[in-house]
Amino acid sequence: MTEAVIEAKGLVKKYGQLEAVRGIDLEVKQGEIFGFLGPNGAGKSTTISMLCTLLKPTAGSASVAGIDVVHDPARVRQRIGLVFQDPSLDDQLTGRENLEFHAFIYSVPAEQRRERINKMLELLQLTDRASSQVRTYSGGMKRRLEIARGMLHEPQILFLDEPTLGLDPQTRRNIWTHLNDLRARTGVTIFMTTHYMDEAEFCDRIAIIDKGQIVALGTPDQLKAMVGGDVVTMTSSRPEDALEEIQKVLGVVPTRDDGALRMEVPDGRKFVPRLVRELTVPVDTISLRRPSLDDVFLKLTGRAIREEEASDRERMRAMASRWMGRRR
Amino acid sequence: MSVETANAPKVAPRAPAPIDTRAASLRAIYIIWYRDILRYWRDRWRLVASLAQPLLFLVVFGSGLSSALGRGGLFGSRSGLTYVQFMYPGIIGMSILFTAIFGAMSIVWDREFGFLKEVLVAPIDRWAVAIGKALGGTTQAMIQGLILLVLAPFVGVKLSALTVLAIVPLAAVLAFGLSAFGVMLASMLQGFQVVMNFLMMPMFFLSGALFPLQGLPNWMTWLTRIDPASYGIDPLRRVVLSDSGLPKSVIDGLALTIGGHVLPIPLEVGIMLAFGVVLLGVAVVMFQRRD
Repeated sequence: MTEAVIEAKGLVKKYGQLEAVRGIDLEVKQGEIFGFLGPNGAGKSTTISMLCTLLKPTAGSASVAGIDVVHDPARVRQRIGLVFQDPSLDDQLTGRENLEFHAFIYSVPAEQRRERINKMLELLQLTDRASSQVRTYSGGMKRRLEIARGMLHEPQILFLDEPTLGLDPQTRRNIWTHLNDLRARTGVTIFMTTHYMDEAEFCDRIAIIDKGQIVALGTPDQLKAMVGGDVVTMTSSRPEDALEEIQKVLGVVPTRDDGALRMEVPDGRKFVPRLVRELTVPVDTISLRRPSLDDVFLKLTGRAIREEEASDRERMRAMASRWMGRRR
Repeated sequence: MSVETANAPKVAPRAPAPIDTRAASLRAIYIIWYRDILRYWRDRWRLVASLAQPLLFLVVFGSGLSSALGRGGLFGSRSGLTYVQFMYPGIIGMSILFTAIFGAMSIVWDREFGFLKEVLVAPIDRWAVAIGKALGGTTQAMIQGLILLVLAPFVGVKLSALTVLAIVPLAAVLAFGLSAFGVMLASMLQGFQVVMNFLMMPMFFLSGALFPLQGLPNWMTWLTRIDPASYGIDPLRRVVLSDSGLPKSVIDGLALTIGGHVLPIPLEVGIMLAFGVVLLGVAVVMFQRRD
């Protein structure tokens, strides 16, 4: 029997005229890895902040670990671990000292402090560097330390807001391995936001959020099944003519995607030979693949989540930290 | 749902033991204070750098001004008090003033670098954060001020063990008052620049650290009596100079007066303490209002 550890009903957040979150309902079960997926500005961070009691909802209600987030935020905070989008470590302290600080302010019993800190350092493979100042850590190590810190008071639910933002692909995979490992060992429920579609594949269930509303919710496979069949992409030196011809001859309506034509078809392996045979316009390339979550998002919103959206922000953040680091 | 939690050991406790909030807040005060001390200790260059400035004041500024002032007037052979002797406790006060305010205002850095978030979302009372920070600033400033006591022989100031013992609480009270001020500023302001130019420098100049607060123009007399640092530096000076064989009339002649009356040291200490407590109270309220 699994029970809901996070429940939200009609959650709304307004900033003046702007409605950042427009009525969100969801349920997350004990032990799940639940992904909150959407482009920047979709309302991911706002929603997670309301669930973590960092923001008060304008309307609606939510309970976390069975406790109402509006009525008893202090008790909610004792039961959740937080990994913020922006770094929040003291980089002049060592990794171990950062964890000690956390153990104190979260009232970890004195006799368990050392043991739990060692265990978390071990789990996230930071033991070797525990006595180095955090400013000497790599981006991935800092993230791991923040995850270790978030788990130190043995929360029932770990919230992570864009935990892999700005990390290179290999480090991102490494973080994921650790999160899976943590879940397996402690049974902790993980609720996280991301705008990396490929990461959402690691989640048990995903909610896709766009413009403040959940547009789809399910397992990655369920969501991909919504696309129906395969995705065929082709490029041509005369895309306009190709588009017209495909519609007329093959009865499929392609969508333009970055200069390429994109089609969703029931059986790609049979469709591709037909495409080549029937088209009179020159075909440059054809590719066939199983639908990804990108395709799901595209289908649901008519837009693609693009990596560039993130990179702009990451560049700014990197610049800011360099500049401030020097100023310190 | 295909989540396999059946074989996962459940460490996540159903209902953790309720936390004794008062004990939790005391622990929080301790660790917030301890972190500041740890950082202070680790940053040796800052320690050295912060000693350089008082030395510069004493050696260059003090000696230079002594010569310019000549032998007549308040300082010199007639009173038996040199300007450098006069200035010495003021420079100790200066050290405390700057360290306390900057130390407590490190909250601004914590905010900038994100660490404050880790503190503010913890299940602890906000007042514990303000108090921990104020105590951190107090301790750093005390150390910074008391270190300067080793310079006493070089500036011709004698100190008995008993006097040193009396100096410690005075330094603590001054450090506390100004740290509370720093925490309050940090709870309201975003940056250091404004504080530095519009509050700390005037506070320092008007505090009696560099010149006696007597025979000043009327407007300035007012400002010096409003400056809380005056009530911390004056008792410090009177005690620091008490072993150097100066006539009581000379020392009293330099003391802070209101309406011609020399203020008793306990009253000055009381004023400084009250200032600290009130501002810390304001800081706590400001902190509690923040998101």
